[in-house]
Amino acid sequence: MIPAIVVFTYLIIVLYIGIFAFRRSTHREEAEDYFLAGRSLGPYVFLFSLFGTNMTAFAILGSSGHAFNNGIVTFGLMASSSALIIPLSLFFIGTRIWALGKRYGFITPVQMFRDRWECSHIGTVVFVVQAAFLIPYIIIGVMGGGTALSAVSGGRVPYWIGGAVVAMVAMSYVFLGGMRGTAWVNTFQTVLFLCFGAIALVVIGVGMGGFSQSAEALLGSPATAPLLSRERVSPLFFFSYTFIPLSSIAFPHITIFCLTARKMNQFKKTVILYPFCMLALWMPCVFLGVMANRMNDVPQIQQKLEARRQLAVEGPSLMPDDRDQLREKMIADDVLLLLLERYAPIWLAGLLGAGIMAAVMASDSQILALSTMFTEDVFAFYGGKKRFGEAAQVHTGRLFIIIITIVAYAVALRVPQNIFDLAVQYAFSGYAALSPLLVAALFWKRSTKWGALASTVWAAVSVSAVAVFQYLVPAPAPGPPVVAWSIGGIEVLSRTAGGTAVFGLMPVVPMTIISAVLLVVVSMLTSQPSEATIGRYFSGPARAMRHETQKRTGP
Amino acid sequence: MKRALLLILVGVLYVLHQDVWFWRAARPLVFGFIPIGLFYHACYTVVIALVMWLLVSLAWPSELEERVGDEATGRDGPSRALPVAPERGGES
Repeated sequence: MIPAIVVFTYLIIVLYIGIFAFRRSTHREEAEDYFLAGRSLGPYVFLFSLFGTNMTAFAILGSSGHAFNNGIVTFGLMASSSALIIPLSLFFIGTRIWALGKRYGFITPVQMFRDRWECSHIGTVVFVVQAAFLIPYIIIGVMGGGTALSAVSGGRVPYWIGGAVVAMVAMSYVFLGGMRGTAWVNTFQTVLFLCFGAIALVVIGVGMGGFSQSAEALLGSPATAPLLSRERVSPLFFFSYTFIPLSSIAFPHITIFCLTARKMNQFKKTVILYPFCMLALWMPCVFLGVMANRMNDVPQIQQKLEARRQLAVEGPSLMPDDRDQLREKMIADDVLLLLLERYAPIWLAGLLGAGIMAAVMASDSQILALSTMFTEDVFAFYGGKKRFGEAAQVHTGRLFIIIITIVAYAVALRVPQNIFDLAVQYAFSGYAALSPLLVAALFWKRSTKWGALASTVWAAVSVSAVAVFQYLVPAPAPGPPVVAWSIGGIEVLSRTAGGTAVFGLMPVVPMTIISAVLLVVVSMLTSQPSEATIGRYFSGPARAMRHETQKRTGP
Repeated sequence: MKRALLLILVGVLYVLHQDVWFWRAARPLVFGFIPIGLFYHACYTVVIALVMWLLVSLAWPSELEERVGDEATGRDGPSRALPVAPERGGES
């Protein structure tokens, strides 16, 4: 019961931060204040909040679960590649988005696209695709909250109540505090789960009597030795994964977050320190996930190990449904909780449970981003703001937050989680395929709205195609893939145990490359925006300043 | 020249992520328990931070901030020049 009390205390603190942010806001009825915290975030809130926004429940629970089944490769696949690509995208793209936001007052990426490419309904198409990719995240967040609260309370709080409590708390502080409340809560949460990683490593390490013995024992068994190297993963698959973090800057909640910094200098600390944050959070989670393979005296872990063994040995002869059942049993997102239950004192398990809740509740930013996009890109753009005023726009945003949370909760209660796991998995690829839009808008004068439309439609179609393919062709057992299409002996399209492969690469690679090619080709075939618009985006500092001054004072 | 060198450095860093040389090796166990492949990527992450520090120190795009100028200080900044409304934006 103690862990549940600690977690509920944590939820109350988080709620209070939202109320405090609401009270601190002096321009509550202004859209820029509510949706962007008045573009006023300082360097550390910017860093921790951005990091916290990027780290969903997967960072703690999923990373250790993935490492439990796949080994140390998890860190190279997801952590070190993100540690490189995300700061680079903030450096090259984030700073430019910030500067344009300051100059032209953008609040969402679609506003920038509409202005940059002189389009309106194409912007609406981009909004629809971005929103469709974002919704599964919000639902997954509610599901994660329900599962985590139920697990931390030892089953005393049922899943449906846990999900409702977490959804209510997240909705309340987003509703009240807007971006300011969300950023402060994210900062608090990030500090908590960064501490969580270090404390968990020390406590479990001491409990296990050091890690050397466990590492040697894992290496001594043929079943677990490959977990300490990357021999089970192909270099092509590993390379493919470096495309996934391109999605980060294309996520609307991250693009919007880039607009909240008070000064551009605030990106500096984030760019430099982001890799350290990745290291501090992911290293303990991945390492402990691998080490959990040694806990074969814990019944739940024993079941997972047995399912893995059975799938490897009998998999090819089993029916697809039986294989799926074994995969369900192998899901190891709870290994960190099991390790803590075993080795941490009960009060500490409560604190660490709060850290896990912090990671699980990262869906707040997505809820706010969706509300921001709806009110700016649809409500305001189609005349709502002009007709009803800015205060009505903010009220609409708040109402939208309530509606989206209720819908997400209702769906979370009725639909199996694995459907959304799949959607989230491919949303990353979808957003990576949308990243050429940002690059073209910011760096390529010749890009056009039609090129942007082609790229966006391709992202939506290719994500749907992969999802349909995976639905129609069941995943094989670990080992050789099922080849669906080959030319001259070269495997073009295959169904692998973990997903889909195109020429041996993850689908994200062709999706992103084709998206970029389409954008270039279609742009070259269509007419570019007016010189005046291009001038506003690509002129030098002096000319741009002159242009701005002329615009305000008249010719 | 400086920026070109930094871009090359970033390119090299991207290539170094693909550490095929430790692909099948688990030993040596650094400090007795960290597999060499994992230790490499931990060190690699620290090196990324150093390269980012170099980028920020030597190639910071301060011209972007100059463009924004003193006038863009949030609420008192330029009026919002938001995109065309649909009725003015034509068919797309």
